[in-house]
Amino acid sequence: MDRDVVETVSLRWLRRLVIAAFLVVTVFPFYYMLMLSVRPIERLLLDPGSLVVGFGELTVATYAEVLKATADGGQGFLTFIRNSGLVAVAATVLTLVVAIPGAYAVARLRFFGRRQVDFLFLAVYLFPSIVIAIPLFVVFTRAGLRGSLFGLVLVYISQTLPVSVYMLKNYFETIPVSLEESAAIDGAGRLGIIRRVSLPLAMPSIMAVALYDFMIAWNEFLFALLFLVDKPDRWTVSLGLSLLADGVEVPKTVLMAGSVVLTLPIVILFFASERLLTEGLTSGAEKG
Amino acid sequence: MTTTAPGPGRSPTRERPAPARRRPLTLRRRESRAGLALVAPTLLVTIAVIGIPIVWTVVLAFQRVRLATLRKTGLFGEFTMDNIDRVLHTPGFASTLWTTLVYSLGGTVGSILLGLVAALVVRRPFRGRTLVRASMLLPYVAPVVAVTFVWQVMLDPQLGIVNDWGQRLLGWDAPVPFLSQESTALATVIVFEAWRYFPFAFLFLLARLQAVPGELEEAARVDGATPTQRFRHILLPQLLPVIALLGVLRFIMTFNKFDDVYLLTGGAAGTEVVSVRVYEFLTARTDIGAAAAQAVVLAVVLIVFVLIYLRFFGRRVG
Repeated sequence: MDRDVVETVSLRWLRRLVIAAFLVVTVFPFYYMLMLSVRPIERLLLDPGSLVVGFGELTVATYAEVLKATADGGQGFLTFIRNSGLVAVAATVLTLVVAIPGAYAVARLRFFGRRQVDFLFLAVYLFPSIVIAIPLFVVFTRAGLRGSLFGLVLVYISQTLPVSVYMLKNYFETIPVSLEESAAIDGAGRLGIIRRVSLPLAMPSIMAVALYDFMIAWNEFLFALLFLVDKPDRWTVSLGLSLLADGVEVPKTVLMAGSVVLTLPIVILFFASERLLTEGLTSGAEKG
Repeated sequence: MTTTAPGPGRSPTRERPAPARRRPLTLRRRESRAGLALVAPTLLVTIAVIGIPIVWTVVLAFQRVRLATLRKTGLFGEFTMDNIDRVLHTPGFASTLWTTLVYSLGGTVGSILLGLVAALVVRRPFRGRTLVRASMLLPYVAPVVAVTFVWQVMLDPQLGIVNDWGQRLLGWDAPVPFLSQESTALATVIVFEAWRYFPFAFLFLLARLQAVPGELEEAARVDGATPTQRFRHILLPQLLPVIALLGVLRFIMTFNKFDDVYLLTGGAAGTEVVSVRVYEFLTARTDIGAAAAQAVVLAVVLIVFVLIYLRFFGRRVG
């Protein structure tokens, strides 16, 4: 056997093995999370190594505890879900309203300072958010915005804006200029062109960006922690869950139920739109 | 699709009367104005919520500010080098910086290596590929609070599955407190970082791999190159620019990372990175001046590293 055959055959098997390993490593933690969330804590303590939940020990009491309002002895996650949803949707919509015209301008229009604007967004995207957090903490404390969901939305917009502009810009650049020119010849103004030609064509990319922004806002932790920690009724799911772990002894299974509640919307959203997202995320990568 | 892009020649649906101005703007100037108008909201938000705070942090770093005295301090109060001096000479500063560096380098290299392997194995179509690819992105899209909790529970010395299996199947003598002992905590955090962010590298590398023309590999195969040789001499050179770019992106992002370490260990057991330290200054000690100074030092160190990197790999990244 020559080297080529040996390599080809062994690599074929290695490849299958590696794929299987990756699947286990990426999916297992989520399976473990789900499994623990439906087991009673006593069972977990008895047998921490088991991989399956016996049918008899299946419980949803953990979820009941997590979701019930604090007044009823639960952890009030329903309120947190509402807060998170509200903040994430508002941040996504507002980001798009601001980012779409901005991205279009950077992609299409020649204006003074265009290159600098482009660079600015990249620089901002890569700047440590903890650096921004300090003055925002100060300003929000002074302006009474600390503890308000509106303040958080404002911060999230700034966090998602640079990436959104960058991704949308790359997409707008792929739309043939000739389409817009023919619309212009037909008498459409600049806004008309954007609304009737560019926007419909960019819809897939806009959806991908919207999903991406929603995920960032839903998952965000640092700013929620800094701004909302004193106001339990305004907590987001991420914040509520992390503080639940600090509190008085809460069983790990309840924590896992909370984690599932936090993760599930994102995972559903992600699998529903996987193609859109992977293509949207890397649309800038091919340009090198 | 609501596009109406009729070819020239067909009658236009809407005629626009020429504006009766004294001096009509040229197309070029109109374009420039439209561009500025459209980009203005984006710029405004960015400057207001990011630009000004950055400048302000630098100002705060040179002022004596605590949360209690905040209301009395003006924007341009007395300037002092105290904070910087204090930050540089507080015990633990150097070790925090070192930890951050090790953590960033480890996380960057780990995530890129894993991402590269992942991209190589799912490059060619096979049954269930879409599902495999989607699953590989899970660590990256899932909320950080949830995944850090799962890791904590999995690695827990009493009820974690890793220690249970380790003791039963691998013959460990005692449970290993992965996240709370000095010898393993930092390494565990780095592994977590590689696990959570390899999908980022995976996506970029996969996109690049798919753009490599098939004829290149085919030609090499005809010339008798084995699979590993084809990887070394055909694919790797094509991937290097992306790897270089990923290197700088991931390094910057990991260097700035707060959530992961804070949630996994809270900065204990030798895992205190700079951003966690800034947070401690800001909330536990409410020493805003010191927090700002620490943050500025973080940013400056980062900028220096990136400049050095770009100096060496600049052409590749561009």
